[in-house]
Amino acid sequence: MFLINCPYCGERDQSEFSAGGEAHIIRPKQPTELSDDQWAEYLFMRKNIKGVQFERWNHAHGCRKWFNMVRDTSNDKIHAVYKMGEKPPIK
Amino acid sequence: MSKNLRTSNNKFIDQTSRISFKFDGKTLYGFKGDTLASALLANNIHLVGRSFKYHRPRGIMACGSEEPNAIVQVGNDASLTEPNTRVTEIELYEGLEASSQNCWPSVNFDVGAINNFFSPLIPAAFYYKTFMWPANFWKMYEYFIRKSAGLGKSPTKPDKDIYDHRYLHCDVLVIGGGISGIIAAKTAAKNNLNTLLIDDKNNLGGTTLFQQNECFKINNSYSNEWLKKEIETLKSLKNLTIKTRTSLAAYHSYNYLLARENLTEHLDINEKKNKIRQRLWKIRAKKVIIATGAMERPLIFNNNDRPGIMLSSSIKKYIDFYGVKCGQKISLFTNNDSAYETAISLNNSGVSVNSIVDIRDKTNSLIVKQSEKLGIKVHWKSSVVNTNGYKKINSIEIMQLSDDGNAVVGKKIKEECDCLGISGGWTPRVHLFTQSGGKLKFRDEDNVFLPNKSELDQISIGSCNGDFELDEIIKNAADSINKFLKVNNNDYENLEIISSKEIDKKNIWLLPSDKPFGKTKSFLDFQNDSTANDVKLALREGFKSIEHVKRYTTTGMATDQGKLSNMHALGIIAETAGVKMGELGTTTFRPPYTPLTFGAIVGRNVGEFFDITRKTPLHDWHVENKAEFENVGQWKRAWYYPIENENMHEAVQRESKAARDSAGILDASTLGKIDIQGSDASEFLNRVYTNAWSKLEIGKCRYGLMLNEDGMVYDDGVTTRLSENHYLMTTTTGGAANVLSKLEDYLQTEWPELDVYLTSVTDHYGTVSICGPNSKKILSKIIPDLDLSDEEFPHMSFKNALIDNINCRVMRISFTGEHSYEINIQSSFAKSVWEKCFEAGKEFNITPYGTETMHLLRAEKGFIIAGQDTDGTMTPVDLQMDWIISKKKYDFIGKRSLYRSDTIREDRKQLVGLLTDDPKEILEEGAQIVAETNKQPIEMLGHVTSSYFSPNLNKSIALAVVKNGKKLKGQKLFVPMKNKTINVTITDTVFLDKENKRLNA
Repeated sequence: MFLINCPYCGERDQSEFSAGGEAHIIRPKQPTELSDDQWAEYLFMRKNIKGVQFERWNHAHGCRKWFNMVRDTSNDKIHAVYKMGEKPPIK
Repeated sequence: MSKNLRTSNNKFIDQTSRISFKFDGKTLYGFKGDTLASALLANNIHLVGRSFKYHRPRGIMACGSEEPNAIVQVGNDASLTEPNTRVTEIELYEGLEASSQNCWPSVNFDVGAINNFFSPLIPAAFYYKTFMWPANFWKMYEYFIRKSAGLGKSPTKPDKDIYDHRYLHCDVLVIGGGISGIIAAKTAAKNNLNTLLIDDKNNLGGTTLFQQNECFKINNSYSNEWLKKEIETLKSLKNLTIKTRTSLAAYHSYNYLLARENLTEHLDINEKKNKIRQRLWKIRAKKVIIATGAMERPLIFNNNDRPGIMLSSSIKKYIDFYGVKCGQKISLFTNNDSAYETAISLNNSGVSVNSIVDIRDKTNSLIVKQSEKLGIKVHWKSSVVNTNGYKKINSIEIMQLSDDGNAVVGKKIKEECDCLGISGGWTPRVHLFTQSGGKLKFRDEDNVFLPNKSELDQISIGSCNGDFELDEIIKNAADSINKFLKVNNNDYENLEIISSKEIDKKNIWLLPSDKPFGKTKSFLDFQNDSTANDVKLALREGFKSIEHVKRYTTTGMATDQGKLSNMHALGIIAETAGVKMGELGTTTFRPPYTPLTFGAIVGRNVGEFFDITRKTPLHDWHVENKAEFENVGQWKRAWYYPIENENMHEAVQRESKAARDSAGILDASTLGKIDIQGSDASEFLNRVYTNAWSKLEIGKCRYGLMLNEDGMVYDDGVTTRLSENHYLMTTTTGGAANVLSKLEDYLQTEWPELDVYLTSVTDHYGTVSICGPNSKKILSKIIPDLDLSDEEFPHMSFKNALIDNINCRVMRISFTGEHSYEINIQSSFAKSVWEKCFEAGKEFNITPYGTETMHLLRAEKGFIIAGQDTDGTMTPVDLQMDWIISKKKYDFIGKRSLYRSDTIREDRKQLVGLLTDDPKEILEEGAQIVAETNKQPIEMLGHVTSSYFSPNLNKSIALAVVKNGKKLKGQKLFVPMKNKTINVTITDTVFLDKENKRLNA
């Protein structure tokens, strides 16, 4: 059970949050101009990394804000949390 | 009670307070402070159960949570009885009733024991191998296997006990109240750290508490006396909470731990009532110190499972702590020094020790010398090759070990005994460390897995970290605690410690016998009855991974999770396969460390607290009017309102007819309502719905369909434009929370530039829906000022109105196809509005209808219910709702997916209507639809999604999804049921009033 540092509320128990999959996948601005393959790339393709992964999280039972998290999936260490629209603080 | 089995002066047992209890129906006595195990042993009862497979007699082996054999059924109350409890962990209380498990008719005479004679025919994986053929016989086999398998009986009635959950935060959590845990807790608390110390026993001190031996002294006192003073100081410290009878169950990441505290387990049966039985602590600790100690290993030799064969350290605890002699003539069998401590304790309490059988050549440590001084005989370089005695051990057979330890040589000596203590060395309890994600390393010198790397803020100290000797424990624990807590506590420097040092180490995982290996029975897992032979057989059959061998032989898979058996199984596998143990690795230790009751897991979340119940503001009226309710998500919704003895069908038929013939009234309060405001609200709706919203006039309503990005229908509902930048969106009852989340997600992450604000107002408004040809007349009686003409207040529009001076919003929208209004009013006034409508409608026989009638009425009109007629694989095109997809809009959620190669396939499943050839035949929802009846296997074309008998059409109607359904209109298909095949014809989805005349009736 993680202890997550919500960028708006501070440290809270994981049970207050919901995970929202891979971060930094930008919805195409002109979907109609994409081929089936390109659209499928956006729609379905997600990484499943053993190691450092960039994820979306939502403080669903709190401030309801979405934010990003850098987490190592091999040991669940959270390296950083940052607001939507901000650049990842680490690569 | 066999008096001669209890020593006279004992510090830990209150021999003045006698406790009576029952075991297998017989009344026995023990003392306050006893466990059920010590009390049984004091009554000379070793045999307490039968083994799982061979039904061999089994006795108490250990004194703690690692006990594999002595598990019993406690109590016989149908709601409180508990199976598989370890007698070593049950504190004795007045009124305790326990009975043996896995035996019939009794533990002394067990019919199943016949399996023991057939045991050569029951090898590892016997069940897997035998009951495979013929395949369709499995059902019969299963019945008999299930009947004979299983340990204990589950309670048959709901648990009457109360359980509790609580949170706890601390700076330092110390797990284990033995000597190293006490040092840790004291150091932490003295340095102003908020400290929690927990131990699963009812006292602190671990095994040092009763270690009174010349070979273990601190500053000239016995180690136990020194520790007693430490405990006294500890208890006086501030910043420290001590929880005994509390067992750490699970250690999760981020130092989140679960601990189960027993609150009433030790109380007399009459004192238990109305008190919280167990509390589950949810602990978040900044730092964790694991001081869980070590457990003694058994030795693996022929017939090592007889009652009376016990762990040597447990015999020591029974004599030194409980004052119970496990036998009168005790032999010991060891590969290390700790059995000598037991021998000395027994000797000091006047129990004669026959001899110690030691596999080592000869050793000269302090403790060995002391035992020799007492005249205790030692068989060096020897092994026990066999034991005798069926229900209790009566003798052992001893032989010399060969130089390589692989065989026994020389003359066999028979030694009579009534108890055999065995010690195969020590296994650090690293379970919690590995649960927390820590990685282990292997120490070859004494064959132990030790904590190595951890990502968490934690350390392991004491014997769970591989320090087994008193001076090492104190010194290393004190050092690493100082470092870990960044403090400088010098209480434990300059102590003068005497500690016997083990000099020689020797280990043989599987001890040889004079009998050929195949004829021996050397048990590894006592509870699951798996032997060394089973493990070797698995290896011969090609299993290599430890995880596979474990599952194939079931070694380590019993309720004790192989606490005693794992190391030997690993050792034998490594040895047989010729690999190093460190490379072989170990199986995964999973939480809980010891079994948890379901009660402790669910806590207070039982009965009506199991889940939240949401009730509409009109709920009381429904109850008063005898509605039947159905659960829709967390909501309680009025299902139908039976009159007199009506069944559901009759009530629904009556309600449906009334709603179309005159007037019906429905509680629609559960519909999700989202208030949308902001200068970009219209643009936002354009992006989330498939149809266009920019041109919707103020005061008008529009139906919208929401897709997922994959093009599949997600939710639907009517949204009303209240003012220029203000909309009220409705969603399905079940979809409300998800829709809000989805909209928030897009607003925050994809379109942060939009000026839009969302607020859930589902609970703020009650919604009264009235429909039917007389609904207009009824509404005009309530709001006489409102112009209800079709010109002024047409279908799909909204008006603000006042009812009794209360503002409300009236929408003229319809989910039934009838002329219909929905009144939204602040929840607290909803009931009075409902009652007003009802009163005003009486002259028109206004009929309250529930969700079932609502579903029927909308099905007559072919209106979908998202989630019933759709299942996440239906596009709007599949639903034949092409009309709702805007061709002009550049983009909306899911648009691009509507022309992916898969979504434009013509043979997708599509929504159609179904009529049965026999109009009285009602299809079953979920029934499969096929094109042929005399072919097997037959392709399933689709299934029925909604089905009702329509009283207004006087025939059965259904909606279904059918492959290529759009093109199959008029086609005859079949719905095969269990006893018959129903003929159906594909039709249009709209069954009633195709021209929508009734909307303006």
